[in-house]
Amino acid sequence: MARTTLTRTVLAAVSAASLFALGACSSDAGTEPAGGGETAAADDGVITLGFSQVGAESGWRAANTKSIQDTLTAENGFDLKFSDAQQKQENQIQAIRSYITQGVDVIAFSPVVETGWDAVLQEAKAAGIPVILTDRAVDSSDETLYESFIGSDFVKEGEMAGEWVAEQYDGEGYKAVELQGTTGAAPAIDRKEGFASAIEGTDIELIDSQTGNFTRAEGKTVMEGFLNAHDDIDLVFAHNDDMGLGAIEAIEAAGLTPGEDIKIVTIDAVKDGMQALADGKINYIVECNPLLGPDLADIAKKVLAGEEVEKRIVVKDEAFDQAAAKEALPTREY
Amino acid sequence: MRDVLRHHLFWPVAALVALLVANTVARPSFLAVTVRDGHLFGAPIDILRTTAPLLLVALGMTLVIATRGIDLSVGAVVAVSGAVALSHIASSPNPDSPVTVLTAIALALVLCLLLGVWNGFLVSVLGIQPIIATLILMTAGRGVAMLITGGMITTVNSAPFKVLGSGFWLGLPVAAVIAFGVFAVVAFVVRRTALGMLLEATGINPAASRLSGVRSRTLTWTVYTASGLFAGLAGLLISADTMAADANNAGLFIELDAILAVVIGGTALSGGKFNLSGTLVGALVIATLERTVTVLGISPLVTPLFMALVVIAVTLLQSPRMRERLTAARRRQVMAPAEPPSTARPDSTPDSTEVKA
Repeated sequence: MARTTLTRTVLAAVSAASLFALGACSSDAGTEPAGGGETAAADDGVITLGFSQVGAESGWRAANTKSIQDTLTAENGFDLKFSDAQQKQENQIQAIRSYITQGVDVIAFSPVVETGWDAVLQEAKAAGIPVILTDRAVDSSDETLYESFIGSDFVKEGEMAGEWVAEQYDGEGYKAVELQGTTGAAPAIDRKEGFASAIEGTDIELIDSQTGNFTRAEGKTVMEGFLNAHDDIDLVFAHNDDMGLGAIEAIEAAGLTPGEDIKIVTIDAVKDGMQALADGKINYIVECNPLLGPDLADIAKKVLAGEEVEKRIVVKDEAFDQAAAKEALPTREY
Repeated sequence: MRDVLRHHLFWPVAALVALLVANTVARPSFLAVTVRDGHLFGAPIDILRTTAPLLLVALGMTLVIATRGIDLSVGAVVAVSGAVALSHIASSPNPDSPVTVLTAIALALVLCLLLGVWNGFLVSVLGIQPIIATLILMTAGRGVAMLITGGMITTVNSAPFKVLGSGFWLGLPVAAVIAFGVFAVVAFVVRRTALGMLLEATGINPAASRLSGVRSRTLTWTVYTASGLFAGLAGLLISADTMAADANNAGLFIELDAILAVVIGGTALSGGKFNLSGTLVGALVIATLERTVTVLGISPLVTPLFMALVVIAVTLLQSPRMRERLTAARRRQVMAPAEPPSTARPDSTPDSTEVKA
């Protein structure tokens, strides 16, 4: 029975590991003593803002983090407490609780997943701390739990990509494949829906769709699989640049030319993606603007001053073709 | 026929063949290998390449498991290795120079070797249980990798480094050549010398083997070091595949895939007898399974379930007790028509007691 004991030990160890990981995170939530509270803003004019970031899973996220850290500085009248949840909801909840006990003025966060936030947001509300959502929404029946949601419209992004594809290639009988984001994540669901609705009624056919988990490595392996499974792929729609870049690798390894033999359309417009677009390996990128810092600063100030703010603030997204990318590349911030 | 059925590799190989058949049915040209741009191209070649990192990690894992240990830190070591190599290349003024790339590779491998030495030290000298000892690095390692990359995904453009991931040598993927080469060397050293037997002795009974003159401690230390080194090499292949070092996701859960490959290959987690060729087949089964999901077009929602079902089937077919029951059932079926319907089945045969147990 040594084997079953060992299996049990493995299980115990793995669960212990996850606990360990949970405990290890959000340590950067700040060590300042509690106090200050809602009156801090009035006292010294400095707004203490606790921000819980999803993680550092993509180039987009890194740009998003940088924007927030660069905008919410002491010069601009902010004291930013920043924590990284490493893509775990538990870590975010823990970070938000610690912000509540520290008595920050405003809490802002990008929810990892859509559901399960009611309890902790209720606590924030009870403590009188306003909450602002950035980038991703929460799915809650009670809209009073947060002040405002700043972020892109993911359905619109998918539509923009689909509309461009329909405009360029309708009538040529294109066969398209899709690299989806993380199964169940809001951007993956919405971008898929937007793209599908935009190409409806054209002769572009979506022949396959699989998740590449928003990462480059999985984008590559899934694309290799698509190339094994289908002879006649004309177009790839990837839910983010990283998966598109992975697909480029797979297409090149198959002896085809990305951007010509197989057209590529992605969403995000991070630096590596824009470079590939300028190099002609990607055909079209819809931007998902990560520079949410200025909007967040603005809304936080308004909320604390007691002004009405809009419940939903849609960040303006642009789109680039190859010529536009060459022009924009030298001045891109991310 | 019976010998073939009883062979320890029969079921893993059968699973591999079944997966390949399923793919070929869905896609008749699946097994076709063509020459494109001067190298071989096709799904089997892709599978060989994607197997490479897993094979290296599983190779180290097999040796560790043979000594009754386990190495949970390999995924973190994979991340550290990629982070070190790519950070070095990214910070160098000349990323395309072979010297830079060789230095980066050497740095990464030496560091991973040291991480392996650390694991070995904890297990063999301090006597900490392997799961706990390697758990430390499993959690801490990703933190180290994050520290090295500064929390960002480091990407580089370096032609010589890229060869590791996407290059070809004699028409075969470089990554596969490296992994299968290392595998062959290790298999040769372990099986053509007494080393393999000594490892098994250590796994079966460390105290007895030490008393009979086997240097158990050194052996244990060596296998953890080897596991760290192989995981480091796998980390280089993985990061070269995408030219990006992702501290959070590189090699995530590869320790579990590696353990799975070892188990599918017929090596018991309780240590002792181990089976390198089984591990090879196990790694191939896992890589082929991942490819099958895409080729069959299985929805992402049920992918984990599909993979779990296949794995359950393989491990069940392979478990000795399950096989005994199957043979017992088959024998009864053969016997049943010969017996008069009124008599109960014979109750003193070893088969039926096994069924009752």
